[in-house]
Amino acid sequence: MDSVRSDPPGSAPRIPLALKILIAGGFGAGKTTLVSALSEVRPLQTEEILTGAGIGTDDVSGVEQKATTTVAMDFGRITINEDLQVYLFGTPGQDRFWFLWDELAFGALGAVVLADTRRLADCFPSIDYFEQRNIPFVVGVNCFEGSRRFSLESVRDALDLDPDVPMVLCDARDRQSGKLLLISLVEHVARQRGEPVPVP
Amino acid sequence: MRAESPGPQHEWLDAAAGPVVRPYTLTGGRVRPAVEGFDLVAFVLAAPAADPTGQPGLQPEHRRLVERARRPVAVADLAAELDLAVGVVRVLLGDLLARGLVAVHEPRATAYLPDESILKAVVSGLRAL
Ligand SMILES: Nc1nc2c(ncn2[C@@H]2O[C@H](COP(=O)(O)OP(=O)(O)O)[C@@H](O)[C@H]2O)c(=O)[nH]1
Ligand SMILES: [Mg+2]
Repeated sequence: MDSVRSDPPGSAPRIPLALKILIAGGFGAGKTTLVSALSEVRPLQTEEILTGAGIGTDDVSGVEQKATTTVAMDFGRITINEDLQVYLFGTPGQDRFWFLWDELAFGALGAVVLADTRRLADCFPSIDYFEQRNIPFVVGVNCFEGSRRFSLESVRDALDLDPDVPMVLCDARDRQSGKLLLISLVEHVARQRGEPVPVP
Repeated sequence: MRAESPGPQHEWLDAAAGPVVRPYTLTGGRVRPAVEGFDLVAFVLAAPAADPTGQPGLQPEHRRLVERARRPVAVADLAAELDLAVGVVRVLLGDLLARGLVAVHEPRATAYLPDESILKAVVSGLRAL
């Protein structure tokens, strides 16, 4: 964002508040699509991970080719105002990149779990992850063509979700639909704190 | 728990993993910054009058980071804008921090939850998008 900030001369620039929201779900559930639909910046492409050979070492000189690979990571940003930004991070598709998940989840406001009704079980690991860490989340039921129409209640049963976890039918390609997912998450976070966000 | 623990290392490479690369050439092979931290949403701010030009041992990317951080910028944004991997950005930022050329503002801790007025601002900001 390149808007000119008029900080009083001589004062340090104000540091914006950044809220982190995670976008999770199984492979092909629509994470990349959702982050791109919502973001004002182009998605970030990669983040290194270290394979077993590299973990625990501080220097990969000479072994860098063996020691590193990349994992695609979705990153997006929504500027609410000059002091408040929402950052979206898609979790890596593989459940085994746990250490990346932990970094992403650190300090997160909450998460959107995308569920593909054709492969519901794929989002179980994400749901487990957020439940175990008490990270508030909502479930976006992605409406793919050719998928049978399930009732939200049957999806809720299949996912064994708490009754208070919001579920929203969505289309990850559609910005408005994505916005509604994020709004339902923020309202859920607010409700969990016992402070309802009034509808303006 | 429904999830499985990480499998054998060779299984780490699959469709969502990129090619095996050498991204750490820029950092001289260092994969960890000199200090811990640099959360993805930590904000970096160049020190007032920071001048990386005369500093030996700095790469052009160090200078680009300082220039971009003349106004507060998040670590994830730096990586995206400079088209560098986050791990590389962290190492370079560690160098800059050690030389006093930047300051880093880490996000508040896990226990921190934004207050009601912030959540309201987010909801109305999202509605207005
Ligand atoms: N019909 C439909 N297709 C979608 C939706 N979301 C994603 N897709 C498509 O599904 C495919 C996989 O989505 P992607 O975002 O790459 O999934 P990811 O693996 O979770 O990042 C892409 O071809 C998308 O265009 C949706 O809500 N509805
Ligand atoms: Mg993806």
